[in-house]
This record gives sequence, C-alpha cells and structure tokens, in this order.
Amino acid sequence: MKAKIIITPKKAVLDPQGKTVQNALAHMGYADVGAVHVGKYLEIELTGSDREAARRHVDEACHKILSNPVIEDYRFEIEG
Amino acid sequence: MNFAVLQFPGSNCDQDVVHVLRNVCGHSARLLWHKDTSLGNADAVIVPGGFSYGDYLRTGAIARFSPVMQAVQAFAAQGGLVLGICNGFQILCEAGLLPGALIRNRSLQFRCEHVFLQTLTTDSPFTNQVPAGKLLRIPVAHGEGCYFADPETLAGMRTRGQVLWKYVDAQGEPTQDANPNGSIENIAGVCNERRNVAGLMPHPERASEDILGCADGRLIFDSLIHALQPGKSAVAA
Repeated sequence: MKAKIIITPKKAVLDPQGKTVQNALAHMGYADVGAVHVGKYLEIELTGSDREAARRHVDEACHKILSNPVIEDYRFEIEG
Repeated sequence: MNFAVLQFPGSNCDQDVVHVLRNVCGHSARLLWHKDTSLGNADAVIVPGGFSYGDYLRTGAIARFSPVMQAVQAFAAQGGLVLGICNGFQILCEAGLLPGALIRNRSLQFRCEHVFLQTLTTDSPFTNQVPAGKLLRIPVAHGEGCYFADPETLAGMRTRGQVLWKYVDAQGEPTQDANPNGSIENIAGVCNERRNVAGLMPHPERASEDILGCADGRLIFDSLIHALQPGKSAVAA
C-alpha cells in the first residue's frame, strides 16, 4: 500500500509563495488565474496489509509531525 | 549557573551562545548533543539557532522529536527556564512549548540585518534586566521568522503579557518597515503562559559584546542569570 498525502497552508495563514506564483502567472498572461496555494506532497510506502491500521497511523503521523496543525491542513488517501 | 546549550546536526549558533555565557557572562555552559537523554545539572537550557536537520519538512519539525528535546519537555514541565533563539524558537513552537508557529518571511527573502526590539514587559525571567523604555539593537538572520498565531490565541497572549518583544523602528514605533519578516503584530519573541519558556528570532548572542558593535543582547542573558539567583523564584509556582 501507499499513502499519498497533500499538505496545504491553512486559508487564514499568509502564503507568500502562493501569492508570488500567482503574480508570476498573471505576468505571463494567464489572465484567468486566481489565488494559488503552495503546499507539499508526500508519498509513503506502507508494508502492512491492514488498511484501517494504515489509515490510523498515517492520520496520526500527519497530525504529529508531517503537518503543523497550527498553520497547515492535510488530506491523504491510501492506495493499493 | 549551569547552562545547557543544545546541539543538533545543523545547529550553527551553539558555540556563540557558549562563548557569551562562559566568557562574557562568566557562567558555566556545556553543549548537549541531540541524542543525549538527560540535561544533567542544568539550571537553564538554551536552544540555539541554525538549521537543525537541514530544516527538512519544516523548520524545527524533526528536532522537536530528538531525544534531548524529550528531556527539555520534562524540564520545562517542572518550571525549568528554556530560551530558544531563531531556529530554537522554531523548535519550541513545533514542540508545543510555545504558542503559534513561524512561517516563511512575507518577502520570501532571507533577512540578515540589525533590528530594534521593544521589550513589552520586564515581568519575565528573560526580560527583567531590560531598562524601561530601552530599545534593544540586535541582529536577525532568518528566512522563516514570520510569527503566526490564530486571533484567539493571540488575544489570550496579549491579555497574559506573553508577547515579550516586538520589532520597532529607531523611534520605538512598530511600523511595517521595521518588521523584517511580516510577523503578525510585529512580534519578535513570546513566552508561554507559565513564563518559563521563551523564544525570539533575533540573535542576542551576536550582540553581547561592545566589540561586536552592540551589547544589548547581553541584557537577555543577564535577565536569565538574575532569575536564577538563589532566593529568587524564577517562575511563580
């Protein structure tokens, strides 16, 4: 199995990277581009076979270390 | 006093802190490796600046789980004094020992320059020796020092006097231009509710001797030393 995790800055938190990318896209002529948010993508290979346990562990790891709940949101899916 | 100065792979201000504590302040300081599990006879802990674990994942995120930080958590829980400087501040926030978080500078630039700090309260083990009204001139050097806390947390911190330092201009005004990183409310340093753990982005150890152009940073170390004097209760029980 494999966990695919996406971590994004919370809406209320400043995202200067997203803003800068948004400005660059606008300068390049992409007139239809709105707000941009820059986050992180992680893939974790899982060796177990218990899908529910994997889900629990990944959720716990996301909360404890992979994201910082003060400034970030996360979502993930388990594949395979 | 016996100071413990933590050392992670990637710390780079550890020796500067040891130098100031030993040779400028005249106290004992020893380095503790990130794998150490005990703080020994430390009276206070300094978590120094640098790029612990290469800033991988998030600044301070990996360091926070190192063995020595478990000892720091226990020390802080007993009321022990802990000061985090720059990356040390980031680590203490990640560890949940301080409220809020430090994110990428609003300008996206690494800022390395002297700033002026206003000390908002002398009622802490980290600020008790700062003369009223004195602005501290201390350098910053960071790319991720923009302090963030949600409005509710911030309101509580304001009420309890947990904001210790703000970035101000030479006249003492907290202007946008005086803020090197876009920090919310110009916040440069905070303490926890119990007032025994504090962190700040500027580097007092780089401004503790006249030969370095400014010795204002020493007031922060002197405050810690004063708080640790026998007979003084560093933190209200």
